[in-house]
Amino acid sequence: MIWVDTIVQGIMLGGLYALFATGLSLIFGIMRLVNLAHGDFMVLGAFAVLVGVESLGLGIIASAILAGAFMFVLGYALQHLLLNRTLGKDLLPPLLVTFGLSIIIQNGLLEGFSADTQRLKAGGFEEVSVQFGAISVGAMPILTFCSAVVVILLLNWLFYRTETGRAFRATSDDPVTAQLMGIDNNRIFSLAMALAMVVVAIAGLYLGARATFDPLIGPSRLIFAFEAVIIGGLGSLWGTLAGGVVLGLAQAIGAQVNPEWQTLAGHIVFLAVLIVKPRGLFPRTAG
Amino acid sequence: MALLSTNGLTAFYGDFQALYGISSEISEGETVAIIGANGAGKTTYLSALAGLRAAGRSMIEFDGSQIGGEKPARILSLGIAMVPEGRRLFPSLSVEENLLVGNYGRKAKGPWSLEAVYRLFPILRERRRQNSSSLSGGQQQMVAVGRALMSNPRLLLCDEISLGLAPSVVKDIYAAIASIRASGASVIVVEQNINQALEVADRVYCFLEGRVTLEGSPVNLTMNQIRSAYFGG
Repeated sequence: MIWVDTIVQGIMLGGLYALFATGLSLIFGIMRLVNLAHGDFMVLGAFAVLVGVESLGLGIIASAILAGAFMFVLGYALQHLLLNRTLGKDLLPPLLVTFGLSIIIQNGLLEGFSADTQRLKAGGFEEVSVQFGAISVGAMPILTFCSAVVVILLLNWLFYRTETGRAFRATSDDPVTAQLMGIDNNRIFSLAMALAMVVVAIAGLYLGARATFDPLIGPSRLIFAFEAVIIGGLGSLWGTLAGGVVLGLAQAIGAQVNPEWQTLAGHIVFLAVLIVKPRGLFPRTAG
Repeated sequence: MALLSTNGLTAFYGDFQALYGISSEISEGETVAIIGANGAGKTTYLSALAGLRAAGRSMIEFDGSQIGGEKPARILSLGIAMVPEGRRLFPSLSVEENLLVGNYGRKAKGPWSLEAVYRLFPILRERRRQNSSSLSGGQQQMVAVGRALMSNPRLLLCDEISLGLAPSVVKDIYAAIASIRASGASVIVVEQNINQALEVADRVYCFLEGRVTLEGSPVNLTMNQIRSAYFGG
């Protein structure tokens, strides 16, 4: 029974990693930009929610919505004013610039909020759990997992059912020809970053509500996000969810064997996938 | 008055000059062919018209306004659409999605719609759910032409649309060009196939090493004139 419990916990944890990874996957998929500051943006999102709760006195949901709006605007402006200038044939400039952003965000947050660990309080919701037979699952992990599924459903709807989504995919395929369709690449990229940042804010919400955080934890969360994206295979958001679940399961099982092995087990499974299926478990087949 | 004119259009690839002052014009409803050997500057000329290459503002005039060096998206919105060389379909989009993306930047009323494109190329209706990369070369070219038509352009630029296609398929594609002319659009075709170009065009420009070496109506040009304009000397 303990193993069934472990597996369920692992899958739920995978939902969190999928949320971490979705924004990263989205950005890389559309504009081939590897965002090294992704983890720090999640932490920034968590702090944005914290400000809403503690300084503005809002409820956690209202704060999250406000943080989402803030991150949307920030993402659009950042892409429009800075990151669009780094895109091109060379992959190095965006790496260097986002690496710099990572340092700026960490130090900015240290300056503004000190190095104290913080936590988002969800009004006792963290303590609630649901009983499935002999297994008890926390309501927060379930909500996290469901959020990941809903986010991916919504993004897929956007990509495959709307005109804007078509423009995203066309630009991702061939940015030069996309311009001939009247698509303004810079605008599309800015919109994509804005959307990704909303997902990042949601990830930040759960990051902060499920565990403590401080200004410097971004990079370690970025690793989990990368691993989930690579395990799942680039270009497919459902693959990213699957990648998150595989990583979550590996960590949960590793932790069950020996609590010290949680992170290690995740890394080992990641490396194993890289060796056996270098393109990930569910790579996009076409193109 | 000309719908589009170029005035001393120049273009460079770094230090290499590809166009040495091209002056040309096309009227409303006219079909113009650009012929010339490889490297004559034909594709560069079309790219400049579509906004993919830098150009001085006054070098290109469309419908009375100077548009040289405008962004491609702006040029499309004014009514200049391009069928790029090599078709350049979007591989992760279905046939229908490729067509639909064609009017992203310009939603103008006119004769062309998804339905009208399917009437022009009935095979595409059958293939509309398929991935565009699963089509034959000719069908892909049909998608590329249809995609450009979706914006109801006033001027359609066609770059080497017969390249690499079987003669029977080329015939089908050029039959479509006739329907497009009949719908009132002006068309510029760039062609290596001289006979095809002479057949379809009201007027022909021959390019040689970035300059116009001959201009005229196909009925008034002799094969000898064309030969010397095409190869020089």
